[in-house]
Amino acid sequence: MVEKTPLLDFFTYAFLMLGILIVGFPIIYSLIAATQTLEDVSKIPMPFIPGNQFFVNMKEAWTRGDLGTQILNSFIMASGITVGKIGVSMIGAFSIVYFDYRFRKIAFASVFCTLMLPVEVRILPTYEMAANILSPLQAIWNVLHLDGLWSWVSGHDIVVNLNWSLLDSYTGLILPLIASATCTFLFRQFFLTVPEELCEAAKLDGASPMMFFRKILFPLSKTNIAALVVIEFVYGYNQYLWPLLITTNPKMTTAVIGLQNLIPQADDLPEWNVALCGTLLVLLPPVLVVLFMQRWFVKGLIEKEK
Amino acid sequence: MIKRSFFKSKYLPYLLIFPQMLVTLTFFYWPAIQGILQSFLLSDPFGQRSTFVWFYNYIELFTDPLYLESIFITFTFSIAVAAVSISLGLFIAAMANRALKATALVRTLLIWPYAVAPAISGIMWLFLLHPSYGIIALAIKNVMGIDWNPVLYGKDAMAMIVMASAWKQVSYNFVFFMAGMQAIPKSLIEAAAIDGASPLKRFWFISFPLLSPTFFFLSVMNIIYSFFETFGIIHTVTQGGPGGSTNILVYKVYQDGFVGLNLGSSAAQSVVLMSLIIVITFLQFRFVEKKVQYGG
Repeated sequence: MVEKTPLLDFFTYAFLMLGILIVGFPIIYSLIAATQTLEDVSKIPMPFIPGNQFFVNMKEAWTRGDLGTQILNSFIMASGITVGKIGVSMIGAFSIVYFDYRFRKIAFASVFCTLMLPVEVRILPTYEMAANILSPLQAIWNVLHLDGLWSWVSGHDIVVNLNWSLLDSYTGLILPLIASATCTFLFRQFFLTVPEELCEAAKLDGASPMMFFRKILFPLSKTNIAALVVIEFVYGYNQYLWPLLITTNPKMTTAVIGLQNLIPQADDLPEWNVALCGTLLVLLPPVLVVLFMQRWFVKGLIEKEK
Repeated sequence: MIKRSFFKSKYLPYLLIFPQMLVTLTFFYWPAIQGILQSFLLSDPFGQRSTFVWFYNYIELFTDPLYLESIFITFTFSIAVAAVSISLGLFIAAMANRALKATALVRTLLIWPYAVAPAISGIMWLFLLHPSYGIIALAIKNVMGIDWNPVLYGKDAMAMIVMASAWKQVSYNFVFFMAGMQAIPKSLIEAAAIDGASPLKRFWFISFPLLSPTFFFLSVMNIIYSFFETFGIIHTVTQGGPGGSTNILVYKVYQDGFVGLNLGSSAAQSVVLMSLIIVITFLQFRFVEKKVQYGG
C-alpha cells in the first residue's frame, strides 16, 4: 500500500481471517458432524474432534438417499442445460449480429424481453406446458375448428388429442431452462466487439457463413464459452423449483431435492451425521467446478451481469 | 446493432434463430399468456369448468390479509438478506483488497459458497441453528439468554432463513466488490494518501462513493435472489412456517397452485410477481447508468 500502517495491517489480516472463518464455518462444522457416530452427533454440544465414521456415514447416505442415481440425474440435467443454452444462444446471437433480415429486430426484442423472467414467476403455466408440450397446437386446432373442417371434408368424425408430456423426463428437466436471454445477450455483445475485418477477409476468401462461424468466431469465443460453462453448470445443478415440480418418480429426482429425504424430521432418529454426509457429497461437484475453473468463473460472473 | 459487413442468406439466419425462438415462445410467451388468461378465470377444483370473472382473483388477493402479510414478509426478508450479505461482502472485500499477500488463496477460500445450492445452505444452517442440536442455537440460548426456537417462533425462523440465504450470497457480493475496487485507479488513492488522508478516510471518501454503481447493482441482484431463488431454502427448512411467518410470495404461489390447487389465485399471484420483476428490471436499467454514478 501507500504508507506503512502495521496496526491496521494486523487488523486487516485478523478481520480477513475472521471473515473466511465465518464463511467457512458451516462447511467445517458439517464436515466434523459427518464423521461422528449417531451418539456423538446428538450430544449437546457435539464434540469438535472429528470421529472416524466418515466412510460408514457416507455409505449409509449413499444407499439410503439413492445418491448415485440422483447425482447422475443432476449431472445430466446440468450438462444438458449448459450445452443447450450455450449452443442455442450462440447461433441465435450469430444470426442476430451477422445477418440482415426482416425479423432480426423483432427476434432480438422478443428474446431480450425475457431477460429477467425466471421460471419461478410463471411456474403453473410452464408446468401445464410441460405436462403437454403440444397444447398450443391443440389450442390452435380447437380455435380453428379443424375437427369440424376435417369431418366436413372427409365425411369422418375424428377427435384430435395432441399429447406429449415432458414430466419425469430429462427433456422436461432440461428444455424449459434452455431459453436464456442473458447468454444470447452476452454473445451478442461479444460478437459486436469482433473486428469487422475478420468477416470481410473471410468473405473475400469465399468462406460461407457457417465456415466463418466454425473457423473464426467459435475459436475467438472460447474464453466466453468457458466462463459460461461454469456459470450455467452451477445454475443447472442447483435448480430446485423446476425439478421439484416436474419429477414425481424418485428415479428421476435430482440430488439437491433428494436430500430432503435424509434430513431427520421431528420423530426420526436425529441422524444428522448421515444427512450432512449426503449434503457434502451433493454440494461437492459444483464447488469443484467453481474452484478449478475459478478464473473463468469470475470472468463469467462479472461479464454476465454487466 | 448489426455488423458493417454481414452475410446475405435467405434461409440461414431464420434457421439459426429458430431454436431460440421456439424455446422462448413455448416456455416464456405461451405460459405467460396462459397465466394472464388464467388469472381472469375462476375454475372449480377439478379443473372441469372455468368462468370468466374479470378482476375477481386480484381483488380477492389484495383483500386477503394472508397475501398482504406475505408481501410484507417478502420485503422484510429480502431487505434483511441484502443488508447482511452486502455489508459482509463489502467488509471482506475491503479487507482482501488491503491484504498484500496470498490474495489468490483468499479469493479461493471465499468464492466457493457461490456454488452451493440454496437448499443445501438451508440444510447446513438448519443444523447450526437447530433448537436441540445446533451449536449456534446453543450459543444464542446460553450466552445471550434468548429462548431460541425457529420451529416454534416466527421471528427465529425468519432469522434462520435470512442467515442461510445471506451466507451463500456473501461470496457473490465479494466477487463484485473486489472487481469494483480493483477498477478504482490507484492514482486517486495515492493522491489522497499524499494529502494525508488516513486509510479509513480514503475508503470512506474515495472507494465507497466510487463503488456506488456496484452497490446499487448488487442491491437489485440480491433482492431478486431473495425473491425467487430462496425457494429451495424455504422448502427444505421451514415450509413457510411456523404459522406462515416465512411464507414468501414465491412459496405462496407454489403452495396455492400446486398444493391448494387454487389455480386462478395462483395465476394472479404469478402475474403480480411478473409485474414486480419487470418494474425492478426497468428501475435497474434506468437508474444504474444515470443517478448513482459517482454519487459521492
